[in-house]
Order: sequence, then structure tokens, then C-alpha cells
Amino acid sequence: MNLLVVLFLLVGVFFFLGGAIGIIRMPGFYTRLHPAGILDTMGILLMVTGIALYNLIPFSFDSLLLSIKIFLIVFFVFLSSPTATHSIVDAGMRAGLRHWTNKKRRG
Amino acid sequence: MTVSSNGGVKKGSTPPRTWFKAFFSFLLTFVFMFLCWIVLSGKFDPLLLWLGGISSFFVAYNFYDLLFPALGRRYFIIFLKFSAYVPWVIWEIIKANFHLLYLAFHPRLKEMIDPQIITFETHLKSDIAIATLANSITLTPGTITVSANSDGVFKVHAIDSQSADALPGIMLTKVAQIFGETI
Repeated sequence: MNLLVVLFLLVGVFFFLGGAIGIIRMPGFYTRLHPAGILDTMGILLMVTGIALYNLIPFSFDSLLLSIKIFLIVFFVFLSSPTATHSIVDAGMRAGLRHWTNKKRRG
Repeated sequence: MTVSSNGGVKKGSTPPRTWFKAFFSFLLTFVFMFLCWIVLSGKFDPLLLWLGGISSFFVAYNFYDLLFPALGRRYFIIFLKFSAYVPWVIWEIIKANFHLLYLAFHPRLKEMIDPQIITFETHLKSDIAIATLANSITLTPGTITVSANSDGVFKVHAIDSQSADALPGIMLTKVAQIFGETI
């Protein structure tokens, strides 16, 4: 069981790392928001699942309640992250920033 | 007595059927509030349970028509279909995550990606269907909803053509099915 928790956490950290590297490497303003989505969804899902599982191991009613509370984090992030991302994109659009296009492909 | 969100269920002068529906919304709100109290407090002293019960009662009594405004079989079916939709969308998010992770680590990143804004028109009518679709698109890495208006016109920023080709596609079909709308 501990192995599973460690696996969840490690894969979660890997996704966080990938997202962070993606944010740095992507060109342009809007494209950088896409890897930020990795952090918001997969990273937090895996990490929080790992933590909730770890909390659950000496199983009792109290730890179950606490795990539900921990999992509520995912729920609220899944609600708020699209809103935040959308408001960032909307601000960019209103300011008139054009999106980065791949010149080689478009010709 | 309270602000009613859809055309007025007011206490007092209502026919029996509406009264029953209002009571059912009240009961559902009360149970929901009390469950939230129990999960968030985690303590089972009689005093604290009573306090939670009383505050849930007050909230449910005053605001029963906000959380579950108009109950009917239709909403129950929508709820069930939505519960089935959530695991599917999480699975889609996981698949898209792996694609984007591959892109992020790829050495020739700038040649691989092809950012574009695509516009597509849907025939979704209700606000909740449009909001659900817009949020699902934004949650899926690789696609971000730039704008979605009440006519059902979506503008989506996609990172490469693979992400763009997946739109609107099956996600739109599923969302339209949930809310019983034509595509």
C-alpha cells in the first residue's frame, strides 16, 4: 500500500515537473497556459489521491472523513481552474494580444 | 418569503403539489447541508450535532429554492447522466495530459506545436450546457475556451492540430445528451 502511495506521489511530481518545464519552454502567452493545465488537473489529481490514500491506511471513520476533505481540494480546483484560465485568456484577448502561430507550418 | 429563482414558488398561496415540491427541496437542502457539516466538522458531540442541525435547518428553510430550485424527474435524470459523464471526462483529461507531457519534453517543441484558434457553432440552448462544455474543454489540457456565448458559438484555442481535430466531436455529443438538447 505504501508502495502505491509513493508511486502516486512520484508520478504526480513527474507531471508537475513536466508542467513547469512546459510553461518555461512554450512560446507565446496562450500556449503557456496549456501546460499549466497539466498542473491543475493531472498533477493535483495524482498528488491528492496519494495523500488521501496515505491518510486512509489505518482505516477508521475519522480518517475516511479526513480523506473526503482532502479530496474536496480536487473538486474545488476542478471548479476554479477553468474559470481562472479563462479569465487569463479573456484578459489577453481584450488587450489585443495575438496568439503565437507556427510560421513554418502556416507558410 | 425568499427570492425564488424561477418564476416564483412562494409560500402560502400555492397549490398542494407545489407545496410538496418546495418541501422536498427543503428536505434535500437540509440533508445536503447536514452532510457537509458532518464531513467538514468530523466531531460527533451531541452539542455540535445539534448546532449543525439547527444551522442547516435555518439555511434550508430560508434558501431551499436556491440549491435545488425546481425538482422533477428531468433533473434527476440529468444528475444521473452527469455523474456518468464525469469519469469519462476525467479519462479524456488523463489521455490529453500524456499527449501534452510528451510535447513539453520534446526537443523540437516549436516545430511540433501549431497553436490555432478554431470557431465552431453548436445548437446548445441552456446556459448550464454551454458552461459545462466550456469548462470541460478548458479542463482538458491542450484546449482552452476563449469565448462561449449564449448562442452556442465557441472559440477555442488549441495547441496543435491533434487537439483541434478532437473538437467539438464526442464531447459536444455527450454534453448535448446530458441536457437533452440537439447538437
